[in-house]
Amino acid sequence: MDYLTIIQILDSSVRLATPLLLTCLAGLFSERAGVVDIGLEGKLLAAAFLSGAVAAVTGSIWVGLLAGVAGSLAFSMLHGLASITFKGDQLISGVALNFLAAGLTVVIGQSWFKLGGRTPSLSGDGRFEPWNLPFSDALAKIPVIGPAYDELISGHTALTYVALAAVPLSWWVLYRSRFGLRLRAVGENPGAVDTAGISVVRLRYMALVIAGVLCGLAGTYLASLAAGFVKDMSAGRGYIALAALIFAKWRPWYALSATLLFGLLEAIGNRYQSIALGDFTIPVQFMQALPYILTVIILAGFVGKAIPPRAGGQPYVKER
Amino acid sequence: MNKMPKWADAVLIPLISILLAFFFSGLVIWAIGKDPVVAIKTMVQGAFGSTSGISYTLYYATNFIFTGLAVAVAYHARLFNIGGEGQAMLGGLGVTLVCLAIPWPHWTLALPAAMIGGALFGAGWAFIPAWLQAKRGSHIVITTIMFNYIGAALLGYLLTKVLKVKGSMLTESARFPEGAHLPNFSEIFAPIGINFSPNAPANMAFFVALLCTFAFWILIWKTRLGYEIRAYGQSETAAKYAGIAPARIVIIAMLISGALAGLMAINNVMGEAERLIDNAVEGAGFIGIAVALMGRNHPIGILLASILFGFLYQGGAELSFWESIPRELVVVIQALVIMFTGALDNMVRMPLEKLFVALNRKKEA
Repeated sequence: MDYLTIIQILDSSVRLATPLLLTCLAGLFSERAGVVDIGLEGKLLAAAFLSGAVAAVTGSIWVGLLAGVAGSLAFSMLHGLASITFKGDQLISGVALNFLAAGLTVVIGQSWFKLGGRTPSLSGDGRFEPWNLPFSDALAKIPVIGPAYDELISGHTALTYVALAAVPLSWWVLYRSRFGLRLRAVGENPGAVDTAGISVVRLRYMALVIAGVLCGLAGTYLASLAAGFVKDMSAGRGYIALAALIFAKWRPWYALSATLLFGLLEAIGNRYQSIALGDFTIPVQFMQALPYILTVIILAGFVGKAIPPRAGGQPYVKER
Repeated sequence: MNKMPKWADAVLIPLISILLAFFFSGLVIWAIGKDPVVAIKTMVQGAFGSTSGISYTLYYATNFIFTGLAVAVAYHARLFNIGGEGQAMLGGLGVTLVCLAIPWPHWTLALPAAMIGGALFGAGWAFIPAWLQAKRGSHIVITTIMFNYIGAALLGYLLTKVLKVKGSMLTESARFPEGAHLPNFSEIFAPIGINFSPNAPANMAFFVALLCTFAFWILIWKTRLGYEIRAYGQSETAAKYAGIAPARIVIIAMLISGALAGLMAINNVMGEAERLIDNAVEGAGFIGIAVALMGRNHPIGILLASILFGFLYQGGAELSFWESIPRELVVVIQALVIMFTGALDNMVRMPLEKLFVALNRKKEA
């Protein structure tokens, strides 16, 4: 394996980690506020469909992005309605939203485009253009650093840089702003927050708004990357992001490394469809299942104890 | 304080929730430019209009009884098993291995053996998530979902590399021997003068499902183990004080759950396809969640909900054939049913409670 191959694998790791990172941060906000969000998968799918559909019709992925975010937000608010306002079971609500997205995207997609649930493929302005950072062409000729800068750091689409910028931003919001302090408090001890005269309901809804926007970005990114929406294209990424969140112990910087690890794994799986070990060839199905297997291993806690926000999953009932 | 009569809690609330779910499903049909009334007529005609339709409806219902009971057993222990899909897939593998192992002389011998195979494999696939939940505290919802994906990959590998018949283009196992053929409704009911369409799939497994429904009731409400499962589900701390080992209950409840999901394979793999095909489960594992929630985790509720979903599934197939509405419409309905009966329960319950309190006051005054 030569240097350039390694750079290429790392480059596609970043590309594949981007939607996971955005989704993971979405889950971070929502779970830090005490709302468990199994519905990340559904939001991702809804956003991918709406952005793909609107970008195909308008020819602009930026308009698609707006639609994707709107769709993801709508799902987020439904989750809020069920789990915050009506104090329903957050797991059940999330699961229902995932099914709703899986069904609606195909039913509506078929009705709009008659392509068996796909959207027309995107091209030109219908997809995000890669951003070439300054001097990437000039520096590309320098050995070792040049290709790394040109391939790995430069040349991603806008949303990848947005996702990377969202990590320090999330850290700042959570740990350095008053809003973040309250958000974390509401996930640990909503009673105390309520006693301080701050609305638990409002804070949790705001967390879900942030989660909805981030999932909207992630879904749009998926649609742009695959040049259109395909049925069930989220392929469990919402759940993998949740596992990464647990791996990251609900912290933004750890979320970055956890999702990069999953991205790397997927990149290796894509590049080496079958690895031969002497006479035995590792089957392609195993490589495909690898991210899911890793998820289980991580959840098994072989990576240290992860303590979730204490009030996660419980609806807040005000004392009377 | 009893705010509501028992019948309102058990019947009225689920009924209103389901009507709400159906109303919104109708809205979806209307929104994609189809006529909901025509759609319902097509579905009813397709599901109940012929013996073939009824047979398909009951065939699907059989699948959902198994997966619904599977979800319900786990739910009584407050475990959310979303892995019914993968467990049913592996159950199919178990049934296939048993059916292909020897040239079975008669189905009365093959069926019990296949049931053991399906249940063992289904339970086995549930064991790892169960163990991880009990011993390591891993989130069972995510691990069971991951095991669905892993199971699909595993079966994909086995079907293309191991079970596939040499020289055949199809990714499916060999056909089961004649002796492993389960009698279908046409063969069962012909001697008593009821004629079912000979090619329709409902079979002996339906009666096994009914037996399982009864056994479920005995297990949950009439045995010590069932009591322990329910006690653990109500309160883990109380169960601990009563000397119930949490890890044991988690693992046993999940093993029973996985076994029930795996048993589904005697219907779809042994009874219908008579060979193992790719994606044989067709989402029945997930529908089990909707069925269990709608049936309030009670055997009678699950039986009725299964038949309703059997109707939706068969009706949905007709709908895609005649009205070109994709079959995924059933997934939408399923999602709405889960949403309204599961998560938005309080939306219906709160106003009803107020209503009953007001009515009671009036009576007392």
